[in-house]
Amino acid sequence: MLDSQAPMISVRNMWKVFGANPEQIIGNPDADLTRQELRAKTGNTIAVRDVSFDVAPGEVFVVMGLSGSGKSTLVRCMTRLIEPTRGELRFEGEDILQVDEKRLRELRKTRFSMVFQHFGLLPHRKVIDNVAYSLEINGVGKSERHSRANEVIELVGLQGYGQAYPEQLSGGMQQRVGLARALAVDPQVLFLDEPFSALDPLIRRDMQAEVIRLHHQLGKTMVFITHDLAEAVKLGDRIAIMRDGAVVQIGTPEELVAKPADDYVANFVRDFPKSQVLTLRWIARPPAIGEDMNGPILPPTITVNNATRQIVESNLPIRVMENGNLLGVVTSQDVLNVISGSEL
Amino acid sequence: MSTTLLSRPSNESKPAEKKRSKLGFRLSILTCVFLFFAILLRGIATLPLDTSSLTPFQNWLNSVSDWIGNNRTSNPIFTFFINIIRDSINSFVTGIQYVISQPIGNNSAPLIGWFGIVVLLSFVAYAVANIRIAILVASGLVALGLLGFWQESMDTLALTLAAVVLALIVGIPLGICAGLFPRFEKLITPLLDFAQVMPTFVYLTPVTLFFLIGPASATIVTLVYALPPALRITAVALHEVPWSSVEAAISMGSTRMQALRKVQLPQAKRTIVVGINQTIMAALSMVTIAALIDAPGLGKVVIRALESLDIGSSFQAGLGIVILAVVLDRTTTAAASKVDAEMTLAISHKRHRQILIAGGVLSFVAIIFSRIFTWAGNFPGTGFIGSDIAKYTDNATNWFQAHFVNYTDGITNAVSYGLINPLQSILTNSPWFVTGIAFVGLGIIFGGKKLGIISSVCVLGIVGTGLWSDTMATLASTLVAAILTVAIGIIFGVWIGRSKRADRIIRPILDAGQVLPAFVYLVPFLGLFGATRFTAILAAIVYAAPASIKLMADGIAGVPATITEAGIAAGSSKWQMIIKVQLPSARRALALSTNQGIIYVLAMVVVGGLVGAGGLGYLVVAGFAQISLTGKGLAAGLAIVLLGIMLDRITQAIAARSTLQGNK
Amino acid sequence: MELKTRRFRRGTALLLAVSAMTFAFPAALPAQAAAKCGTVNLADNAWVGYEADLAVVSYVLKNSLGCKVVVKNLSEEVSWQGFPTGQVDAILENWGHADLATKYITQQKAAVDLGSTGNNGIIGWYVVPWMVAKYPDITNWKNLNKYASLFKTSESGSQGAFLDGDPSYVTNDAAIVKNLKLNYKVIFTGSEAALITSYRAAQAQKKPAIGYFYEPQWFLAEVPLVHIKLPAWTQGCDADPKTVACDYPPYPLNKVASAKFMNSGSPAATVIKNFKWTNADQNSVAKSLAVGKMKDDAAAKIWVTAHPAIVKQWLGN
Ligand SMILES: Nc1ncnc2c1ncn2[C@@H]1O[C@H](COP(=O)(O)OP(=O)(O)OP(=O)(O)O)[C@@H](O)[C@H]1O
Ligand SMILES: [Mg+2]
Repeated sequence: MLDSQAPMISVRNMWKVFGANPEQIIGNPDADLTRQELRAKTGNTIAVRDVSFDVAPGEVFVVMGLSGSGKSTLVRCMTRLIEPTRGELRFEGEDILQVDEKRLRELRKTRFSMVFQHFGLLPHRKVIDNVAYSLEINGVGKSERHSRANEVIELVGLQGYGQAYPEQLSGGMQQRVGLARALAVDPQVLFLDEPFSALDPLIRRDMQAEVIRLHHQLGKTMVFITHDLAEAVKLGDRIAIMRDGAVVQIGTPEELVAKPADDYVANFVRDFPKSQVLTLRWIARPPAIGEDMNGPILPPTITVNNATRQIVESNLPIRVMENGNLLGVVTSQDVLNVISGSEL
Repeated sequence: MSTTLLSRPSNESKPAEKKRSKLGFRLSILTCVFLFFAILLRGIATLPLDTSSLTPFQNWLNSVSDWIGNNRTSNPIFTFFINIIRDSINSFVTGIQYVISQPIGNNSAPLIGWFGIVVLLSFVAYAVANIRIAILVASGLVALGLLGFWQESMDTLALTLAAVVLALIVGIPLGICAGLFPRFEKLITPLLDFAQVMPTFVYLTPVTLFFLIGPASATIVTLVYALPPALRITAVALHEVPWSSVEAAISMGSTRMQALRKVQLPQAKRTIVVGINQTIMAALSMVTIAALIDAPGLGKVVIRALESLDIGSSFQAGLGIVILAVVLDRTTTAAASKVDAEMTLAISHKRHRQILIAGGVLSFVAIIFSRIFTWAGNFPGTGFIGSDIAKYTDNATNWFQAHFVNYTDGITNAVSYGLINPLQSILTNSPWFVTGIAFVGLGIIFGGKKLGIISSVCVLGIVGTGLWSDTMATLASTLVAAILTVAIGIIFGVWIGRSKRADRIIRPILDAGQVLPAFVYLVPFLGLFGATRFTAILAAIVYAAPASIKLMADGIAGVPATITEAGIAAGSSKWQMIIKVQLPSARRALALSTNQGIIYVLAMVVVGGLVGAGGLGYLVVAGFAQISLTGKGLAAGLAIVLLGIMLDRITQAIAARSTLQGNK
Repeated sequence: MELKTRRFRRGTALLLAVSAMTFAFPAALPAQAAAKCGTVNLADNAWVGYEADLAVVSYVLKNSLGCKVVVKNLSEEVSWQGFPTGQVDAILENWGHADLATKYITQQKAAVDLGSTGNNGIIGWYVVPWMVAKYPDITNWKNLNKYASLFKTSESGSQGAFLDGDPSYVTNDAAIVKNLKLNYKVIFTGSEAALITSYRAAQAQKKPAIGYFYEPQWFLAEVPLVHIKLPAWTQGCDADPKTVACDYPPYPLNKVASAKFMNSGSPAATVIKNFKWTNADQNSVAKSLAVGKMKDDAAAKIWVTAHPAIVKQWLGN
């Protein structure tokens, strides 16, 4: 599904360097210093380092990484709220870094919208006027924009709070106002910077479901930042892991868990219950000599979790077959290894 | 600032502590080295200058001022441009005067008589604030009439209004620019410092050279001083708007203008109103000085009373200024908090509107009344309570002087011999380069290389004015005044910050101290303490301590409840609470109040010159009075500015440091 | 939002209506008598003696000629600035100011010297009277060093404090002290108020005080400071400010007016030109003002009523 279409967004060799003379850092040996060393030496910070990836239409692309790894900066560069220091950015093939202010505003007004980590609500406006803000600057009439705003306010479960001011709401409610505001213009692409961090688990689950619905029903493309691997796995088609500004690995949840590119990624996914994402493809191993090859057959796409029962109940090694080819075998010992985390 | 101050997890606080002790170490080294060389090399390169001698630079300033005087009338572009400004300001001010203070044409009353003004302004106060403020405005205005100064007060109000309106017209747009464009702000900040710290006396004469004697000059003099707060606070107001909300607006496709109009300005409104308040206060504080170039109003009464040392009358007029200030201050402050309230409380608009219309009609009727009936046109009587107040003040000061004069010598001598003399002797006898390097060192310790450069520029600049020795004399008095101011600031600030009731009682006194013209209390002080540096210091403290106290009190009151609660929970006694919890948490407020204390004290250097402090203040006054010393007065003003900027930057760096540490 | 703008608009409309009506409404208040002599702009310098001159001259101009008198509170230098621009018509009591006279009278020809006010200014060194009673020889400068230690204060270190006064005057005191080898330090009190208060307090508390002063001055009626004899003034003895070692010259006080005003033919010009009275006259009015706290017109009226002949002379008939 991902390779077949032209990408919605494509990012190539993007850099963002904070501080004076950012251009000079790139390609300089200084660029290879650690963050602290560079800061001490030149005062610069490389927040985004040579990042490239594509986001397909309708994909939910998740960005993860430790605090300070450059996630927010990356997503701001993608909407040009921050000018990238270097690189290329295309949106449906259009070179975004070259467009003028006017076109940029047009895109922002109609095509993409953003939910901010720190909400970014307008404290002097009521909830309804916050949500209706982008419609307002789009020149939509008052009654029309208010009825549309009310729709989305209801969508995020804030009915009855339209006349309140942001500071009268809890953190989680404010975050939902931010989400409603982003949805109000019915954008094609949503950039969500840790939109659910401030929510309690119940609302969080509801909101995640809402994102999934938006994704499936309306086919929105999303760039989604989170700290929470479970959330990333639940929502993401693909996940990019960032470290000190660079993307260390991009892949499906399964790929990350199964084949972490380095210790950093491994650390990241360590505590995650692997059996939830790993499919049999990843744990199937070549049969040992003399192993019984008469066990039941299972496809490689089934997750370990879902296969556990059959594997444990079977006395014989399970054969993992795809299109009639044997990929390998799995025993209950292998499953135990995955679940206990000693495997991989 | 967080609870770590109390519970200090060892891993976090260690680096901060280490840093602080390192700072203390560096400071003590610097002090020792300075004292060593200051004493070793004393008497060398102290750059003294006789009061009547001039340096080439000062002579050059003289000739510049002469040149302006001689060419003002002959240079057509000069006159054309300046005449336009002068004429429009003049007609603006006289226009306001005809409406509220000066009889127009053949009438004996202005366009709106006193009754009309009282009702109209109370109504305006109600509209922008609330009914309590409206009552305050009404009673304040009537009190002005009862003092016997209706017309003078209205003249003062007219001039203040004119200056404030112009300051806002210029200051708010420039402040918005400064808020939006950091580079512009950087460019304009030294100019604003200059305008605020440069003693008014210095440009009183040049301004009248350009704009001639009259309302325009008085307005411009006031404007120069009142503009910076309008501009600065507007810029601050924009900075305060969380960038996240601006960014959000831009992410939704707002133009820069839309973000400004719909996001930044509405959120900055409250702080901008605070700026208006500060602008008004600054303008009012110029009333007496502007009277020296014929500004109409209460200031004239004060100056005139001073000629015959008439304490009673000068206090009477000073009281008028205080009343005017309190009325304007409370109205704008209430208006500012109403801006807040409007944001969150849904006020019943309909009822409000009805009341507004009713009030408007009432004001209209009152204005008509004030044009028909003599009693409503000119304030009846000649001031029912004014002369009594003057008399009581005289009696009170006489009593005070008679009873306290035996102790005052002791106080004067204790402070002079104990503090001022030693400090002044070190500073004036130390070679200029030793003291100068010490300043640069201070700058580097607190603010790094950049502050070091600023300090050295200031030091060299002061040397360049030729007034190093006088500057050091002034610095000694300034430091003593600042130390006493901060001490008072801490004591009263803690008290007021901890007790709402004390706050309510003390604040009006503080306000009065800030706006009562110094001329009013100089004479009694002189009577008690003689023409000494101590009297000057005392006058400076009266003016500076209120600001210091207020900042400190706000700092103490602003210590987050979580911290004080934790302190109480830990079983602290009242004193432990103050010393171990509240004061350390309010460290930034302490640094700020020191900074403001010094700046306010410096603002009184010239007044100090009027009562025997000598130094730069006297030179500025002499420069104003004697044509041959104009250049020297200018140079002295320049030295005050340079000293002010240096002390300001260093104390600000200290304040910034304590914020950083507080946040750790 | 919308609501607020509407409210605002309505408020503006209301205000506009109010102001329109106010302007249209005929004023019913009584008018003052129209003036014949026109407007006279008099500078008002900040000392009481000047105030006395001003009170009496304005009173005569207003009541005998029907002039409109505009009084401008100005420092001396700024007053002179007003001549070429026509903003000041006359200064009623001028103390010397040779530099300003050269600039505005000789060079620019914007001002004219109108001759003596009849008052003679004396500038010099004075001491509080109680000390003269106790140390009679203190009035001679030669004995000053003997008493120097009495005058020590926190401001003067080991020397005696010599109070210098209002910065408006160029004083020679520092040079005199130095050249006569007196053990005194000049302290700049900074203003007339400070100077007078110092003397007043010293006399009241029997504390020593010595310094610069001048007459005519109303304060001398309250505390009769005693003039100290310095080496007598001779022509040229004060030519070089660095080597002065003599007393100040006598100052005949004069009136100065703008040339434009004098040529305007205003009857007020004649009065100001003829204005002349004695030190005693001025002191009596000054005392009414400063000590009696009378208003200008009231104080002037008393003197004018008592001296009709002099006023008649001024009026030139
Ligand atoms: N405006 C700025 N100027 C200078 N440095 C910045 C700026 N914004 C971010 N940085 C630096 O860039 C780095 C990346 O910051 P960013 O906010 O993108 O991190 P993040 O991954 O979003 O972290 P978090 O998970 O805490 O939100 C950090 O080291 C930060 O200090
Ligand atoms: Mg972030």
